[in-house]
Amino acid sequence: MIAVIALAVGIVLGLVLDPTAPDWIQPYLPIAVVAALDAVFGGLRARLDGNFDPRVFVVSFVSNVLIAALIVLLGDELGVGAQLSTAVVVVLGIRIFGNAAAIRRHLFKA
Amino acid sequence: MGQKKLVNALVAVLCVLLGVALVTQVRRTEVGDTLADQRPQDLVVLLDGLQRREAALRKEITDSEDALHRLRESGDRSAAALEEARQRTVALGVLAGTVPAAGPGLRLTISDPSGQLNPELLLNVLQELRGAGAEAVQIGSVRIGVDSAFTGDSGQITLDGVKLTQPYQVVVIGDPPTMDAAINIPGGVIDAVERKNGKVVSKQEQRVEITVLRPPREPRFAKPAN
Repeated sequence: MIAVIALAVGIVLGLVLDPTAPDWIQPYLPIAVVAALDAVFGGLRARLDGNFDPRVFVVSFVSNVLIAALIVLLGDELGVGAQLSTAVVVVLGIRIFGNAAAIRRHLFKA
Repeated sequence: MGQKKLVNALVAVLCVLLGVALVTQVRRTEVGDTLADQRPQDLVVLLDGLQRREAALRKEITDSEDALHRLRESGDRSAAALEEARQRTVALGVLAGTVPAAGPGLRLTISDPSGQLNPELLLNVLQELRGAGAEAVQIGSVRIGVDSAFTGDSGQITLDGVKLTQPYQVVVIGDPPTMDAAINIPGGVIDAVERKNGKVVSKQEQRVEITVLRPPREPRFAKPAN
């Protein structure tokens, strides 16, 4: 519940303040957002499963974002940045779909 | 217990951060400044493509300008050729009798009260004038051309099928003093006319006009041979 409210507060803050991302973070921001969304969906699924642990959520969130950013950085250094970014988005997308399916089963029993 | 609160607070902070990041990224994508996100190697490929396209377009501009230049030049040339051809047509038309002519020349009045002048004598007058540089000649109401012919008998002269009436009026364009001198030569055409009781009055004029035309003739057999 806290998380949902916090997310809404963050969106409103972003809309109101209209912050500009610093240049160095710009290549990583989209991937980091997708990674964080993956963590959020995972947390939501765990909560519905009844085994949500805030500590696991925090660790998975931070590590997801960091690893995603690292992969993009590594890809850029190796010259395959675009392909690796696509790979990360695909993998995270699959995970998000999996989590969403589990959440759907909980909510609609189907 | 305190640690649990801290973790919960961290969850909230992370979610707030995610919201802000989400909105920021969406906003940035909406602005459409996609070049700023591109990787250097992608930008290089993009730039390369643009440069190649620029080079191709520049080449096209040069080619088009060359073509324009060429066409304009050939247009000038053909205009000049056309103008020259037109002038030649007019010059040849004067000689062939197909265009009106004007210029300095003579007016001859040849009277033949006793009707003794024959076609050969008039032909001699014409030859003498031509020899003196006559460029256009009209006798009576007939323009003289390359195929003009005097026929008939003494006092009944026909020129190109048109009967000439007395006195014979000759209008000729050329250098007046030269032609005047040519017909006045002792033993020349004037002497010959006077021997047959005729009379020639020659008048030099700075400007005479010949407006009678001959119809242009298409050669039936001869064709330009080149």
